[in-house]
Amino acid sequence: MRRLTRVPEALVGFGILSALAVMALAASMLFPGDPLAIKGAPLLPPFQDWSLPLGTDRLGRDVLAELFHGARTSLAVGIAAAAAAIAVGAVIGTLAGFAGGIVDEVLMRITDAFQTVPSFLLALAFVSVVGPSLTVVVIAIALSAWTGPARVARAEVLSIRERDFVAGARVIGMHPLEIALREVLPNAVPPVLALSSVIVASAILIEAALSFLGLGDPNRITWGGMIAEGRTVLRSAPFLSIVPGVALVLTVLGVYLAGEGVVEGTAVRKGLS
Amino acid sequence: MTGPLVSIRNLSVSYRRDATSPSLRNIDLDIIAGERLAIIGESGSGKSTLALAIAGLLPSTATVDGAILWSGQPLLPRGGRDIGFVFQDASASLDPVMTVGRQIAEVARTHLGLGWAQAQHRALELLRRVRLPDPDTALGAYPHQLSGGQRQRVAIAAAIAAGPRLLIADEATSALDTIVQAEIVALIRQLVVEDGMALLFVSHDIALAAELADRIAVFRSGEMVELGTADAVIQAPGHAYTRKLLDAHIGLDAAPMIAQAGHGHV
Amino acid sequence: MSEPLLAVSGLTKRFRRGGTTVTAADDISLFIAPGETLALAGPSGSGKSTIARLILRLIEPDAGRVDFEGGDFLALRGATLRTRRARLQMVFQDPLAALNPRATVARVLDDPMRIHGLASRGERPDRIAALLERVGLSPGLAGRHLHEISGGQRQRVAIARAIATKPSLIVLDEAVSALDVSVRGQILELLLDLQRTERIAYLFVSHDLGVVRAFAHRVILLEDGRIAEQGDARAVIDNPQSTIGKALVAAVPRLPRTQD
Repeated sequence: MRRLTRVPEALVGFGILSALAVMALAASMLFPGDPLAIKGAPLLPPFQDWSLPLGTDRLGRDVLAELFHGARTSLAVGIAAAAAAIAVGAVIGTLAGFAGGIVDEVLMRITDAFQTVPSFLLALAFVSVVGPSLTVVVIAIALSAWTGPARVARAEVLSIRERDFVAGARVIGMHPLEIALREVLPNAVPPVLALSSVIVASAILIEAALSFLGLGDPNRITWGGMIAEGRTVLRSAPFLSIVPGVALVLTVLGVYLAGEGVVEGTAVRKGLS
Repeated sequence: MTGPLVSIRNLSVSYRRDATSPSLRNIDLDIIAGERLAIIGESGSGKSTLALAIAGLLPSTATVDGAILWSGQPLLPRGGRDIGFVFQDASASLDPVMTVGRQIAEVARTHLGLGWAQAQHRALELLRRVRLPDPDTALGAYPHQLSGGQRQRVAIAAAIAAGPRLLIADEATSALDTIVQAEIVALIRQLVVEDGMALLFVSHDIALAAELADRIAVFRSGEMVELGTADAVIQAPGHAYTRKLLDAHIGLDAAPMIAQAGHGHV
Repeated sequence: MSEPLLAVSGLTKRFRRGGTTVTAADDISLFIAPGETLALAGPSGSGKSTIARLILRLIEPDAGRVDFEGGDFLALRGATLRTRRARLQMVFQDPLAALNPRATVARVLDDPMRIHGLASRGERPDRIAALLERVGLSPGLAGRHLHEISGGQRQRVAIARAIATKPSLIVLDEAVSALDVSVRGQILELLLDLQRTERIAYLFVSHDLGVVRAFAHRVILLEDGRIAEQGDARAVIDNPQSTIGKALVAAVPRLPRTQD
């Protein structure tokens, strides 16, 4: 952890993410009540009224409140979807890699099938069929995101399986299940975790896109929804789309930088004799 | 007569920015043109660090004190051109996606300014010199298609392609089996004699050094504890550590450690 | 002659590499008596490491029979195989690669005792201390991580783990090859001491003929998966008859010593 503080990407990335987390957590405190409630005159530009620092949208709702509440949705979906994808993918990948043979073949063909469908279309199709809600959106995104972790986990396990310390564990008579869980899995996880920032970032973007198309959870404020709302008044009140758009960009950037920073900071450096 | 090829004066190297726990301490050493000098030491002795320092291959974060003079000038030799380096792991020093012939040709092109055709010709010539079987086919082969010993021959060819005056071999045979090791050592000896190169041979194997080197330097924990002709160091070592290394060597003439026959088997 | 501890006959293994089939072990037969050291030597690719791993069943052979302590070792499966493994252990060349990189010394020694039920949880720390002392290490090392101790100490820990289950045969796969010269002799002495007191046989895979000559009772020289020559270690190495034997011996670097 100490080394992380010396990596500039990590600092910027985690800085942005911390700000985002604060936004998400403090949303109810700073902006109590329903963010969808009408607070003032519609289409008020930002920085005019200091009780409504970012102005209001077409219906007179507080843009800043919407932004903060939207942060919750984005972060929640991003993290939940990534966690689900990684958990499912890592288990499937480890099983395939360790079992080998027909189990490996079957699982990999299933992975291929899911991977050939473009992730956004798959999410779109799923939400259209099942109906929009936060849980459904999370599942929809995880449905295609699990394939990456699965492949990485399997590749790691295939190489770890051949290493001498697995052979050593077999020689002392360790049960294969214990070998898989105690010796192989902990060593296979780090590369899978390296994917997590990409998955979180892409999950946030897919959620925004789904909301933009009106397929997000209708009871929640989302940045994608805000951008969609701002479409009709793009000329007269561009800030309605730009503000959540910038927030989205910064979030994805933050996630990406944090991920890069962690990889940099935890890279093993070998010395020389 | 000109001075030594390389003069190392009071060299200290540390891999940490704060210069603590130095890997090399106050090393004074000359490498004479055309000589074969072996650096012997165990792990942590600093022998590889010395080789990398001379070749200018230390990481930029390393702290270096003291001087390395090349023909009397501060170290300005061009890597690949004046110094050839052979690593322990040939797979690590060869580009896996480039054919062997092309890699050697590139060295010749870059450092000798040869055109492509000339460079290819030189590469073929070098593959013959390093006694790679079927050199014409080898030109188009990729590193993974060759055996460990063959890869090391390619690495040597690339190292000498530009006609350097100093060849550094850093544990170049340690990953090879005994028979291949003997062949590679013989090859290196022949090449340096034919081309009049100086050889810096880093190894943990004192017997190997004894067979190959004119002079031997013994390193321990970053310091040079002994330096002398191979004969002198082996037959009449001055330092207790050298004597310890010699005694610890288990050669074909060593006394058996086990009890003799009659141990209970047929 | 008393029954051999290990009797191998007709051991064969073929690998498919690229389009061709490589015979790593070709109809190998050998035996080891209790408390004896048999060395397997040969150039790289000769099959010595493969044969050792076939005997340990880390790789399954294509054909052959392995009799260990009077029983058919290849016929064992599952839990019975795992139980039997207590008697047949291995020490690898690189202890950092052969033991879980995240493990502590204590855990490394705890695992075999726990798996084979050799001591209750309360007794294990004492047993671990005793094992460490047996291999010449201070019991205080138990809490350290493997990467915190020296190479020689790591190999002693690997040996301690191998003897924890009181085996009758240990496979030493280039077990001293990666060690510093000054440490090598000490580890070999330790192994000999253990052999004498615990009556452990060794299958010693090595490319270093000097060490083989000093340490082993008998040697088998391999070439391309086949036995080229075998016999008393000093007899074979001092006077090799086979081509590969002569080549191997000629290739050993010699230290010109005018010593007694």
